[in-house]
Amino acid sequence: MSNTFDEISQQLKRRHRKSARLKWITMGSLGLAGLFLVLFFADMLTKGLPAFQQAYIQTEISYTEEAATDGRRAFDEELLPLISRTVVRVIPMELRNNPDMIGTSKTQWVLATSGVDQYLKGHRHRLSEEEQAAIDARVEAGQVDLRFNSTFFGSGDSKIAENAGILSAVVGTVMTMIVTLAISFPIGVMTAVYLEEFAPDNRFTQIIEININNLAAIPSILFGLLGLAIFINFFGVPRSSPLAGGMTLALMTLPVIIISTRTALRSVPESIRHAGFGVGCSRWQVVRDHVLPLAMPGIMTGSIIGLAQAMGETAPLIIVGMVAFIPDVGASFTNAATVMPAQIFTWSGEPEQAFVEKTAGGILVLLTILISLNAFAVVLRKKFERRW
Amino acid sequence: MNSHATVMNNQQVPAVGQPYTRNDAACHDLSIRVRDLNLWYGKNQALMNLNIDLFQKNVTALIGPSGCGKSTFLRCLNRMNDLIPSVRTEGLVEIDGRDVNSAKMDEVALRRRVGMVFQKPNPFPKSIFENVAYAPRMHDLVSRKTEQEELVEKALRDAGLWNEVKDKLHEPGTSLSGGQQQRLCIARAIAVQPDVILMDEPTSALDPISTATIEDLMDKLKEKFTIVTVTHNMQQAARVADYTAFFHLGEIIEYNDTKVMFSTPAQKKTEDYISGRYG
Repeated sequence: MSNTFDEISQQLKRRHRKSARLKWITMGSLGLAGLFLVLFFADMLTKGLPAFQQAYIQTEISYTEEAATDGRRAFDEELLPLISRTVVRVIPMELRNNPDMIGTSKTQWVLATSGVDQYLKGHRHRLSEEEQAAIDARVEAGQVDLRFNSTFFGSGDSKIAENAGILSAVVGTVMTMIVTLAISFPIGVMTAVYLEEFAPDNRFTQIIEININNLAAIPSILFGLLGLAIFINFFGVPRSSPLAGGMTLALMTLPVIIISTRTALRSVPESIRHAGFGVGCSRWQVVRDHVLPLAMPGIMTGSIIGLAQAMGETAPLIIVGMVAFIPDVGASFTNAATVMPAQIFTWSGEPEQAFVEKTAGGILVLLTILISLNAFAVVLRKKFERRW
Repeated sequence: MNSHATVMNNQQVPAVGQPYTRNDAACHDLSIRVRDLNLWYGKNQALMNLNIDLFQKNVTALIGPSGCGKSTFLRCLNRMNDLIPSVRTEGLVEIDGRDVNSAKMDEVALRRRVGMVFQKPNPFPKSIFENVAYAPRMHDLVSRKTEQEELVEKALRDAGLWNEVKDKLHEPGTSLSGGQQQRLCIARAIAVQPDVILMDEPTSALDPISTATIEDLMDKLKEKFTIVTVTHNMQQAARVADYTAFFHLGEIIEYNDTKVMFSTPAQKKTEDYISGRYG
């Protein structure tokens, strides 16, 4: 017996309602995820952007005889508590290097203490009433100002908040990533090429394949332990060095590169291989001349994403000692160094208020680099995407 | 059926392992000799005791219903089946007096002399020029730029494609139409000057006009090359082939001069197939 249109549409109405409800739920979850992202970014930006500015004070520096032994004598007594110790303590050395300057004086913008900085930014601070009044007066006179924080981008870590910068961590990250890429890219790509193009399909290769897939899911801190046990304790690689960290992260990145390379190789159509074999290419020539060039964009994308993942990694580096206090930019791959996430981790543990914005500022720098790397990977994929 | 019954009897076939010699004028030189060829995909036997002689500078068509083993047999001739891990082959495939399956035969050397054109046009995703020049350069047939250019032009002319692409040699091969791509693949195959060209349903992905062009081309190419082609299309076999082999369930049912085969088939199965009763 067939139903009338009325009965059918009655039943359909319920079905349509159900699907509409489901659609709203899915859109709601997307919205929620988006909201968290927006909140996260807004929080980071409001907390982190102030870190890119720093309070400076315009003051007269008088290079007197006394200042050559005690830097404090070069400054106005009233201002002294507001001026960063880092400015004061270099005065005697400056005079020792340039004795001609003794007796002269000059007016200059110098770094203020983090207290002044936090006061100007409206954060919690420990300035006395008189100090606040002195600052307010000088702000009026245009002698105290927030300026671009070149220290943050230009120097390494410091226990003095206003002197702490991210440069040594950035350089440490770059050196660590160079080691990671130099080890994991060739080994990973070659492994994938072997497994995908040369290896017979037997129990042995299946076990290898399963293990590689499992490696990608292993908690990263275990790679840190492995790095500590093998690279540092057994091979004697210097602790805390970009070499040790990079080798450890290379272990972690390898499975990502292997898996993405295999996917890229598998997406090269079989007909291209047949064409190569058909004209008498050896297996290696087929791979080198025809398969790898086509798979390269996919391989690059996977490697960049693997690298970005490694760049954001902290746990394994804690174990190999890369969460260290590094005031100077690293000179070589075997010197102690730190990396950006480790630097952020260190700052987040500092009790001083001024380090809160340093932490957020560091996160902004790290995020910017990671997002640019991922965007680069997307561009690369789009640019070299081929149809055949 | 006697396993040797399918070998054409009007030949003085040299003993296995001996080089081919010219027989009487009416007959053609042997190019490929196949004896007791068996092939398994895992446990399934796909080719059963094949015996066939293929003649030089002729077109031989392999016809038969789907799954009859004609493409599998074709791939035995340049060992493309080696790429499939589960395949096991027994028996003799002899080209120029050499067993292609022997340990001494390098499959790269074999494929240099036995070129292949595939069902779906598969030019390399490189320029038209590179598509043709790649293999000769790889095999050290040419080195200088001018030699390469000459060879590319010659191969493209022989494939009947030169006039259409001479002004755009550096555009990607994949930008051509399907029929042009297939002729580019033929140019690529003949550029290394092989002795044999295998064609695996070369026109099945093409329109009728491109198909006609390729059929004409096969007719010209057989002056220089031995052509073995698989086709689903019996009219095509009748048009282009000098000899035709009819495959059924992994066996060669009948192998004969095409005209004889299509006018007076010796076997009932062949007759049923070419009259369209099944397949």
